Amino acid sequence: MFSLLRSMWLVFLHMFHKRDTYQYPEQKAPLPARWRGRIALTRDPDGEERCVGCYLCAAACPVDCISLQATEDEHGRRYPEFFRINFSRCIFCGFCEEACPTYAIQLLPDFEMAEYNRQNLVYEKHDLLIPSQGKYPGYNYYKVAGLAIKNKDKGEAEHEEPPVDIKSLLP
Amino acid sequence: MINAWWIIGGVLFVLLNTAAGLIWLERRMLALWQDRYGPNRAGPFGLFIVLADTLKLFFKEDWIPPFADKVVFVFAPAVVVASVLMSFVIVPFAPGIVVADLNIGILFFLAMSSLGVYSIVLGGWASNNKYALLGAMRGASQMISYEVFMGLALMGVVVLSGSFNLQQIVESQRTVWFVIPQLLGFLIFMVAGVAETHRLPFDIPEAESELVAGFHSEYSGMKFGMFFIGEYLGVTLISAMVVTLYFGGWLGPSFLPPVVWFAIKTFAFISLFILLRASMPRPRYDQLMEYGWKVLFPLSLLNLLVTAAIKLWLVTK
Amino acid sequence: MPIINIDNIPYEVKEGKNLLEACLSLGLNLPYFCWHPALGSVGACRQCAVKIFKDEQDTRGKLMMACMEPVKDGMRLSVNDSEAVAFRGHVIGWLMTNHPHDCAVCDEGGSCHLQDMTVMTGHAYRDYHFSKRTYRNQNLGPFINHEMNRCIQCYRCVRFYKDFAGGKDLDVFAAHNHVYFGRQQDGTLENEFSGNLVEVCPTGVFTDKTLKQHYTRKWDLTTAPSICQGCGLGCNIIAGERYGSLRQITNRYNGAVNGYFLCDRGRYGYEFVNSKDRIREPLVVHAPDDKANGLPVLQHVRNRMKPGKMIGIGSPRASVESNYVLKELVGEHNFYLGIGEIEHELIRLMLKLLKEGPVRSASLQEAAAADAVVILGEDLTNTAPMMALSVRQAVRRMPVENAISNIHMPAWQDAAVREAVQENKGPLFILNVVETKLDEVATGAYHTAPDNIARIAFAVSHLLDGTLPEVTGMSDEGKQAAATIAAALRGAKRPLVIAGYGGGSEQVIRAAANLAWALKQQGADAMLSFTVPECNSMGLEMLGGLRLESAVDAVLNGSAETVLILENDLYRRLDLHTANQFFGHCKEVIVLDHLHNPTTERANIVLPAGTFAEADGTLVNNEGRAQRFLQVLSPQGSVQESWRWLLQLGDICGHTHLRSLLHYDDLLKAIAAKYPVFAGIDTITPPADFRIAGQKIPREPHRYSGRTAMLANINVSEPKPAEDGDTALSFTMEGYRGEPPSSVIPFFWAPGWNSVQSVNKYQVETGGSLHGGNPGKRLLEPNVNGQTKFYTNIPDPFIPVGGHLLLVPLYHIFGSEELSIHTPGIAQRMPAPYIMLHSEDARRFQVAAGHLLYFMDNGHQYALPVVINDTLQKGAAGIPVGLPHMQVAEAPQLVKI
Repeated sequence: MFSLLRSMWLVFLHMFHKRDTYQYPEQKAPLPARWRGRIALTRDPDGEERCVGCYLCAAACPVDCISLQATEDEHGRRYPEFFRINFSRCIFCGFCEEACPTYAIQLLPDFEMAEYNRQNLVYEKHDLLIPSQGKYPGYNYYKVAGLAIKNKDKGEAEHEEPPVDIKSLLP
Repeated sequence: MINAWWIIGGVLFVLLNTAAGLIWLERRMLALWQDRYGPNRAGPFGLFIVLADTLKLFFKEDWIPPFADKVVFVFAPAVVVASVLMSFVIVPFAPGIVVADLNIGILFFLAMSSLGVYSIVLGGWASNNKYALLGAMRGASQMISYEVFMGLALMGVVVLSGSFNLQQIVESQRTVWFVIPQLLGFLIFMVAGVAETHRLPFDIPEAESELVAGFHSEYSGMKFGMFFIGEYLGVTLISAMVVTLYFGGWLGPSFLPPVVWFAIKTFAFISLFILLRASMPRPRYDQLMEYGWKVLFPLSLLNLLVTAAIKLWLVTK
Repeated sequence: MPIINIDNIPYEVKEGKNLLEACLSLGLNLPYFCWHPALGSVGACRQCAVKIFKDEQDTRGKLMMACMEPVKDGMRLSVNDSEAVAFRGHVIGWLMTNHPHDCAVCDEGGSCHLQDMTVMTGHAYRDYHFSKRTYRNQNLGPFINHEMNRCIQCYRCVRFYKDFAGGKDLDVFAAHNHVYFGRQQDGTLENEFSGNLVEVCPTGVFTDKTLKQHYTRKWDLTTAPSICQGCGLGCNIIAGERYGSLRQITNRYNGAVNGYFLCDRGRYGYEFVNSKDRIREPLVVHAPDDKANGLPVLQHVRNRMKPGKMIGIGSPRASVESNYVLKELVGEHNFYLGIGEIEHELIRLMLKLLKEGPVRSASLQEAAAADAVVILGEDLTNTAPMMALSVRQAVRRMPVENAISNIHMPAWQDAAVREAVQENKGPLFILNVVETKLDEVATGAYHTAPDNIARIAFAVSHLLDGTLPEVTGMSDEGKQAAATIAAALRGAKRPLVIAGYGGGSEQVIRAAANLAWALKQQGADAMLSFTVPECNSMGLEMLGGLRLESAVDAVLNGSAETVLILENDLYRRLDLHTANQFFGHCKEVIVLDHLHNPTTERANIVLPAGTFAEADGTLVNNEGRAQRFLQVLSPQGSVQESWRWLLQLGDICGHTHLRSLLHYDDLLKAIAAKYPVFAGIDTITPPADFRIAGQKIPREPHRYSGRTAMLANINVSEPKPAEDGDTALSFTMEGYRGEPPSSVIPFFWAPGWNSVQSVNKYQVETGGSLHGGNPGKRLLEPNVNGQTKFYTNIPDPFIPVGGHLLLVPLYHIFGSEELSIHTPGIAQRMPAPYIMLHSEDARRFQVAAGHLLYFMDNGHQYALPVVINDTLQKGAAGIPVGLPHMQVAEAPQLVKI
């Protein structure tokens, strides 16, 4: 019984506490770097698209709001032919970012993307692609993967031996 | 004597505005106790939120579920507002400012407040939804049980004042407010009042964490609004009754008119209701019933017996 | 049946199996790589290690490879033993040391056996930090993509390609940890079954190049059980769709038909569905004074139909349902089979022989189990490719059985058995007008004219059964051939005789039946198999109708004015001049088809018909097995099933019977009720109201992605998903998640098994039938009780006629089929038009290879470049069939040069 009264008293005392609210439009809230907001497609250190169209983000998405089509350039480098996020469905869970094996898809600390027309919340690749490496500077997926692309032949990635000469008899 | 129609009009006007204002007040007070601002955008101090809320309720789709019992479904929300408004008939706001000065005022209040149960039961039943039905059943048993202690607690005041007439009860508090001799009765009445209006922490019929929205799960638009208004009117009614019965009604130093004293006291209790909401966790349903029947019931009987005995002793001395 | 104890639980298992098969058949998860149910065990990958205990007292046990250990009664083993688990984890770890980090850009990802097995063994993190080996890739042609870095050296590819499918241009090169699987140099993989490497390879070394053009992960495909339309064998396939286009064909295991494999025409010939030549909307040619613009198209059709003056032409590539509805709509006496004279006679004869004869038609799997095979006048590799694969297995049957009894090894001990068999072959005799690819595995291959083939077969029948008439006037060569064949067939327990449309000769068909019947008379469990040209040739013939030539006559003499043509390009059936004449005399031509072709150009109204991917339907294959294909995608535009167009037309015309067919199931029931031969086709798949636990069967896997985004560019409010009122399948991912009935399996998947290898979980035993029986229903059963009426009419030997050549049809796996040539990869491998001559004939007509040869047919002149082949019968000329821009008359026939 006393504890009830005490908690009522303590709650009552909050009347004299400072308020925690940010008066949002006039006063911006500081967002931490890992805040899960706007989704963007980043570029690798060479300025190329990081996304290789592996579909893992789409598969991880719990509301199925990502759809894309993978394609290849003439040198065998994969990239998305289109990449669409329906932000009217997105719940900003960040699973896509976690699933991405190339650090391409990243959630940035920005949430101001409200629209009066729902159709405007459908973002295509040119809306998503940013000229930045985002949170993971320096990473280049094709430097790790064994596929040959333009300006990187077989065996030129990290931890790769030069291609095997299969006609050699040496041990 | 002021024209009775003016009183009725005035009471209705004040009450309905109070109920609407409480929407804003409660949100602001809760925010205050939770270190927030609450509604502060629409109009001065966010007062127009009431307007916005009401407009929203009016423009919401007025949906009646196809599986519901249509007549009862529409009828139920009206019952709650009507019964609470009827109770206000006997509340004396100031000397002479009362709609009907009944000599059985308290009995009328008890009768009317028990009618409120119907709205919950009928609403829950007509919704034809399991959560609504569960909420309604809880509401019915909770309200019927607490009705008992409420009535018993009141009897102490009746015994002391010797009247069921609320004006006379107020008048008999000129020497000492009944909260002093009837502290126990007051506490029981308070608890029962909270339960009667199914306000937090006793909002078990709604219990949104278990029952979606309890008895009014299926309600929307202005029909839901009626339950909403009914609840705030109920809060006002219980506060007004507490003031009338235990805190001397309109009595107070004469630098303010009596009706203002009444309003100030009532407002204080309304705030207390909101503070309760801000600070109390909801008990379990069985705990509520147990508390009622095993604690409050014997206490209220005891209170009545002791009060009656003392009164008897004082009279015969 | 032996009982084995796995982790102290006794299980009853089948004798003669190995432990891996036993474990998988019991539904246990045991990782493996080099073993394949169709290829047997070699014990190369060390992945399926289990612990085997001597007896109950033995607590230490020893690690053994499950795929190399036969099942023994009372055996005790542990799959979950910690040492076995750790061993398997290490093996994967070693396999992964050189496997690149490129799952994200690998086409196998999401349906990768290596991924599944890595997860299954718990090897989740890589602890190898040194350099990885790399290889250069090869260009393996239009079908297969090569990415050698990913190889884990399981050897499955060469075992399938060389040992199973008889390919010669894929092998393993180099030594030690540099072994390389590829061709000797860049170039197209020649084998017709190369596409199976995609499914056989446990990882992404060989992937589907056509899928790469529009890459989609397995989990994103909307798939449905389908039937291949490439030839008459009716292989079961799974077709997958994404964003409204067909993306991939994979094998759908059917233990009685195609088993684990498909041919390349079937696997890669699907892209015509996405072709830009598709008809998506109805087309109406208006007369200048036509005021009816804007009417619904069916109203136009109705306005142009003249009662009593309308005929319908069916199609062997349209489903039984579509042909049936057309036949009902125009009436029995106005329904013509849309196939040429020769083809019609051949198939009618085959149907008669299979129905009335005492010998059963062989399924593909029964054919693979035959121990002696005679092929009469058929180039199987090109006319019925999967049958050729079955024959390659049948050739090994007898030597394998001998070897097993000699070395006392089970058949699944692949390496040991191959060592024992060496190059021994069972009896396979091929009699064809020209050399065939299967000749390389044949005991005897004879190249002669169709009539001579029939004569030799009749002679063999006579040698087997003296009561049958003797063939007189045989050449010595022929006599010797007959004697060799007869001698080889005498010892056979399950001989198989194959003939078909490829030879184009009724005599050969009769001779084949005679031979099979004679073998049956001798007590052998003989089988007969006839190939048919198109996916529903047999079904169309079973439905019955008038010959196409009489349709031409009816139009020319004016008794018919309106022609309703169902999914048929008559320019492929009639020669150019007859076809032109035919269309010239038609008042109204109404065509239902998928693709624009010369026939649709002559049409007044074209209705867009759904391909196999956009339609439900039933096909009857050469064996007489009715099989159902189900709609994969909800079509774009106004495309719908032909039978639905025709039913709607029937409704608008007030046709009482067609009006009563409200649902697809009603249609099936009506067919089964009207034609006793089709009895039971309404039960091949469960009806539309079939539910498991109240739910439909989803076409999309539970990981299907992008539902709320794929159409968001058009409208952010998602449309209601398409509903399927015709079948038990739904177009969404909602529905029953367990195993569906075998006839409606939209995809193979089991928890932990994302790759095609998950088919294990759907089988009664590995390599056995699917749970609940293999799908499809055999409609033809032999007449075992009747008297066998042998043919006694022996044709005269073929004698070349001066100045003339006997045109014989030559088929090509890539090119002879009408629809698949609309696929870029297939078109790339299609031969150019030619005429094949023997060098002596070439000298006779004074032409050399590459020159144009002019010849006359039916008063019209043709010219084709010459190709010389000395295995061709002298006096005959081979012309390829079905190639585009080859407007040549029917073959075989005698033409004047």
